[in-house]
Amino acid sequence: MPFKKLFNSLSLLSALSISAAVVADESKLIATAGLSQIEGAGGGGIVPWATLSGYDTQDQISVSAALSQVDLADYRLNVQAVSASFYDQIEVSLAHQRLDLKTLGGDIKMNIIGAKYKLYGDAVYSSLPQVSVGIQHKSLEDKAIANALGANDTSGTDFYLAATKVHLGAIAGYNAVWNITARASKANELGLLGFGGQNNDSYELMLEASAGVLFSRHLAVGVEYRQKPNNLGLDEDDWMDFFVTYIPSNSLSLTAAYTKLGTIAGAKDQNGLYISINGHL
Amino acid sequence: MLTNQIKLTTKFIAIAILSIGFLSACKSTSSSTLYQDLGGEAKIEEIVDNFINEIAFDESTYAFFKDSNMQRFKEKLSQQLCVMAEGPCTYTGDSMEQVHSGMDITEADFNHGVDLFISAMDKANIPHNLQNRLLKEMAKTRGEIIYR
Repeated sequence: MPFKKLFNSLSLLSALSISAAVVADESKLIATAGLSQIEGAGGGGIVPWATLSGYDTQDQISVSAALSQVDLADYRLNVQAVSASFYDQIEVSLAHQRLDLKTLGGDIKMNIIGAKYKLYGDAVYSSLPQVSVGIQHKSLEDKAIANALGANDTSGTDFYLAATKVHLGAIAGYNAVWNITARASKANELGLLGFGGQNNDSYELMLEASAGVLFSRHLAVGVEYRQKPNNLGLDEDDWMDFFVTYIPSNSLSLTAAYTKLGTIAGAKDQNGLYISINGHL
Repeated sequence: MLTNQIKLTTKFIAIAILSIGFLSACKSTSSSTLYQDLGGEAKIEEIVDNFINEIAFDESTYAFFKDSNMQRFKEKLSQQLCVMAEGPCTYTGDSMEQVHSGMDITEADFNHGVDLFISAMDKANIPHNLQNRLLKEMAKTRGEIIYR
């Protein structure tokens, strides 16, 4: 299992950076570290942002870990993610997803390895947005359902370009953040239902966006939108969520969101609660 | 397919307009200056006093001030904050580059200084939204402060 090995190496790396005391839990404005999104990258809940996970600066390394769950009518998605950011420049992330098929029984597991490189800017301090490019390579552990639904591949790679800006005191003195991401993808329902299909087997450009307001140094509220392809002809819907994040300290955040995920593999109205706990070192 | 695309584009435009509307509609429309909203000279002095107190009890930040004339620092920072908040003052100190050259203040040092300044404002009971408006003005000097 190459993924397990990578996971172990990253854990070791975290341990090393902690002992080297270069970790960054004391830096940056509180609440600017964001979350680990459901595919492991630093971002919002469902959208990868240009900001890197963690509070590191150009002299520091940070390590983040997150547990997330989305509980829907017929499915439940569980995500474990770890990421490391180096010198506020490069982020590497690993995520393990397990989609429980509540009505059908069984589950689908997928592993995602991601990397992000900051091209320009600082979301808080530069006048233009921070811009990053990223990659997410996904491979299904359980391939039977993807194959049965007519997906062309059981692994695939997404590429994205993201722009993020924090506006200090923008809305009646409250800080506001927005993000726009363009993603080239063939993934069906993140890739959990494989990649490509009878409707389409080429890369398509998907737009994703987030907007939020920080009502204090410890409370953020916002909305996210994620466009999705419809390769399998199963009426795959765009996703949307409304989130509230509580940030008690630079090392912890708790998020709850109402998610509207629409039709998933023929099952309609998959709406439900997303919860996530994020830790930063 | 085409209608689908149009629907999506419309949704995105709607979200964009909503966000922009959000950003502009709620912008402070009052005619008072930040200086007045903060509470004038007395409040700015209180913030600066608190900030000096925060620095004095913070070993890593105090190291940058060990050769400084704190009375002068207090006077010049108060002037500068007053100017940033559109108050009736003139800044008579040295430029930010001059003041910080040779100190090699890192991004992490700077961020830590911002945290101390936020504590100073908290202790002066400055509301969150006024804190952000002042921080926004101060953030413009960041490039003149770090890695000098």
